[in-house]
Amino acid sequence: MKYLIRTNWWKWLTMGLLVYTIIGALLFDVPRLAILNETIRVLHFHVPMWFGMIFLFTASVWHAVKYLKTGDQQSDIISHKLAEVGMFFGILGLLTGMLWATFTWGEPWSNDPKQNATAISMLIYMAYFVLRGSISDEQVRARISGVYNIFAFAALIPLLFILPRLADSLHPGNGGNPGFNAYDLDSKLRMVFYPAVLGWTLLGFWIATVKIRLTRIINRREDV
Amino acid sequence: MMLLAIVLILNVSAQDAEMADGFRGEGKIYVVVAVMLLLLIGLFVYLFRIERRVKKLENE
Repeated sequence: MKYLIRTNWWKWLTMGLLVYTIIGALLFDVPRLAILNETIRVLHFHVPMWFGMIFLFTASVWHAVKYLKTGDQQSDIISHKLAEVGMFFGILGLLTGMLWATFTWGEPWSNDPKQNATAISMLIYMAYFVLRGSISDEQVRARISGVYNIFAFAALIPLLFILPRLADSLHPGNGGNPGFNAYDLDSKLRMVFYPAVLGWTLLGFWIATVKIRLTRIINRREDV
Repeated sequence: MMLLAIVLILNVSAQDAEMADGFRGEGKIYVVVAVMLLLLIGLFVYLFRIERRVKKLENE
């Protein structure tokens, strides 16, 4: 993360990838599927929100562990801000998914196992912010929320990746449903999807670096 | 389960799904692309400007 705060080149990469994503997502050929029709293109916007969230939360827990090991307050700030942006991406993923589902699954919330598991993990992370907000002592807050972050991340993985796959789900790749591969064997979608994932994820990290820098400035002013 | 079954059945026979071919044929899709690109680039410019402000504050 410190590298990303220090350097700029990857921001241009982010811009390029996202410009490519918009063009590719709207103009390239997609598989002709019933029900989904043209909405298959939402894949390049909805799913990267989840990938972005996972990467941001992973980086967040990484820095939480780093804080617990070193006690460096900077790691706590980084961990907190990454979790904030991750949460934001998660909420966007949930909203875009509900909109998409309204027109493809017939209703915004069909109690799909993945939807429910996601809602639970969102609540778990929301508790992280409530926990932080309720402790005024800086060091205690950093230590307790660092530990909680590990718990939240440990709950996130089975909730998103294991439990939905054990049940019947409307999401591709879960239960009896065809996986991502079945959508597109000729990799038409993949050509846009992977750059889209990287682009949106990097955008999340970009916003996080700005938030981290701002928090540092605010903290420095408070110390003076 | 019902919905799942329907989705699976339709996926198999989906070769001739209805797509927005007419819309694309007219070239109007490029308007959509242009609008979205404008928005995206505008957002990037905004982000860079915010970063410049932050940098100024950091150096104070």
